[in-house]
Amino acid sequence: MKTLSFLRRSFEHGVHPAHHKQQTEDLPIQRVPFGKDYIMPLGQHIGVPARPVVDVGERVQRGQLIAEPGGFVSTALHSPVTGTIRDIGDFRGVDGRFAPAIAIQADAFATQQADAGPALDWQSLSLEDFIEAVQMAGIVGMGGAAFPAHVKLSVPDGVRIRHLLINGAECEPYLTTDHRLMLERPQALLEGAEIMRQKLGAEETVIGVEMNKPDAIEVIKRHIRPDQPVRVVPLKVKYPQGAEKMMIKSVFGKEVPAGQLPRDVEVNVNNVGTIVAVADYFLRGMPLIERVVTVAGPGVTYPANLIVPLGTPVRDVVKFCGGLRPGTREIIMGGPMMGRPIASLDVPVLKGCSGVLVFTEQQTARRKEYPCISCGRCLEACPYFLNPSRLARLSKSRMFDEMKAYHVFDCVECGSCTFACPSNIPIVQLIRTAKDDLSHRKESDT
Amino acid sequence: MNSLLLAPAIMAAIGLFFGAVLAIAQRFLKVDEDPRIEATNDMLPGTNCGACGQPGCLPFAEKLVAGEVEPGECTVSTDEGIEQIAEFLQVDAGRQEKLVARLRCGGGGVQAHQIAEYRGFEGCRAAAVVSGGGKGCAWGCLGLGDCEVACTFDAIHMNANGLPQVDTEKCRACPDCVAACPRDLFELVPLKQNLYVQCNVPLAGEAATQLCSVACDACGKCVADAAPGLIRMEGNLPIIDYSAGGPARPEAVFRCATRSIVWLEKEQFQEQESRRAGANS
Repeated sequence: MKTLSFLRRSFEHGVHPAHHKQQTEDLPIQRVPFGKDYIMPLGQHIGVPARPVVDVGERVQRGQLIAEPGGFVSTALHSPVTGTIRDIGDFRGVDGRFAPAIAIQADAFATQQADAGPALDWQSLSLEDFIEAVQMAGIVGMGGAAFPAHVKLSVPDGVRIRHLLINGAECEPYLTTDHRLMLERPQALLEGAEIMRQKLGAEETVIGVEMNKPDAIEVIKRHIRPDQPVRVVPLKVKYPQGAEKMMIKSVFGKEVPAGQLPRDVEVNVNNVGTIVAVADYFLRGMPLIERVVTVAGPGVTYPANLIVPLGTPVRDVVKFCGGLRPGTREIIMGGPMMGRPIASLDVPVLKGCSGVLVFTEQQTARRKEYPCISCGRCLEACPYFLNPSRLARLSKSRMFDEMKAYHVFDCVECGSCTFACPSNIPIVQLIRTAKDDLSHRKESDT
Repeated sequence: MNSLLLAPAIMAAIGLFFGAVLAIAQRFLKVDEDPRIEATNDMLPGTNCGACGQPGCLPFAEKLVAGEVEPGECTVSTDEGIEQIAEFLQVDAGRQEKLVARLRCGGGGVQAHQIAEYRGFEGCRAAAVVSGGGKGCAWGCLGLGDCEVACTFDAIHMNANGLPQVDTEKCRACPDCVAACPRDLFELVPLKQNLYVQCNVPLAGEAATQLCSVACDACGKCVADAAPGLIRMEGNLPIIDYSAGGPARPEAVFRCATRSIVWLEKEQFQEQESRRAGANS
């Protein structure tokens, strides 16, 4: 059975949502012209917020450091535009809460040409200096979680990384940013991969791509030099193939135990976008100041793949794509399975935002909820082998503490259970609610 | 025949042996429990609400008998119930000030500006996890009634304006609603204190009033008008120190332009409700 699953190149369980990628998968990446106002939240990565190093009224250049890391699990921020610091204060973030941010007013007619620093001689950097450089470049996991990349690189003594796994699965429907990056910048991807692989001391690089992107697989294979130990692995089209632990299972047939990290099975996983950002910094001196965002969904007039400077309000991005169609009801940041609906168009695009998806009434209307019929489809869908049905029932009865015994904190909120539920029970929302309540109480107890 | 009798005989012998052990254990290992604990526990309401700070009614009864707490600390018992316990235990009832839950927000559907429509799974915490519901204010009441569900005493009901109405008669000041609110808006305050700040927005001036018509804009007039030391500004919000500055008087609320500091004669949101009723008629 184990060998068979290895041949299938996939993990067990999971779901098959319609991928809806045809809207943008053939559209080349475009640049968005600069707007006027930019908002750079200090906490756009997981961990400690960054500390501003600029003052209100100060002039900043595109690519200039505006905030330094506030701790180890924290990254630097750079100005996405040339302009003036308008304000440092609280602004509405993606989660609806107000959080500290730096507001920058862009100069009229500012050029997008980054005044980038010189390329770094990465080969002569020690591992510590390399990790610090990654932190100062502001690079985070670009797949959506925005976990600081340098933290993943800091491997404790005695742990060896043998495989560098590059995540090009892009299993979320609608999103095509990684797909376009692999097609348009395979050179940068492979350069970045080589830098990461050599610095980690890994034996090989594996690029996992879902089989619905044959052109990307083809292009990368063509660009691999014979001396590079790089493999491209086509993976079965299944959600959540791009979840770190699922991908390790699919590619290497190894399971990462609950509560452990990929490094415990000698793997380091990075998103395609992260690797390209590494190449851009070390070879072209460009810190992370912009990212590729897919703007798609039935509610947007001209869907596109865009290079968006970080901090651009969603309003400007949507305006560039021809605005919203009548009947738009919901805008989601990220993918439709795991992304968050936003309550305001003033929310900026952040480092972890891979898509801006616009939906109409038809896709977002809430379907009538029926009682659980104990069919077990959510159990068959859960890639982590949890019992979503039980968790949902406990959450409904507000028995949050009991949910810990059912491993609620192993849930990654991929949403497969809710997708699979024939009774339209909002299972993942119930689990999220419980997790929030539990962590909220933990904070207030201490 | 022999073996037929042997089995019951062995069973009987084992039974007798353990019976003897239990009898001896009962004699020498007996724990003397104060019978008053049981009796006191019966007099307590038995809701196990935790308002007294103990995990439940029985541990509270134990502490009562030990003299570590006073009967009045039980906020759920009626006055007669507390008298009865005090009499039974021959202690001072220790009258406690009646506390009620008050909501630190007055921005219902009419007052708070809506920037979006929340259509997800019903529940305040679910909305808070997504993007903070539909209100522009990121600190105010979400209005989806988690507190109504959590209340043990059926004292909280959502009013037509989407705010939780606390029935001060029924409220027993247990901390259920305080724990349930994802925005930490409920607090337990003395019922006889009429002065109350119904806002939680840490912004000042127009930034606050843009979000909600009853938001505190941190003008500081209430601080100036109240007895010295009674109110202080902290984080753009007036903080009332109920223990200092003498008795509160309604002067402090007269000049409040946004009605975020209120003089409560009875329950919260009565004024809003009566104004609504007036507008409708």
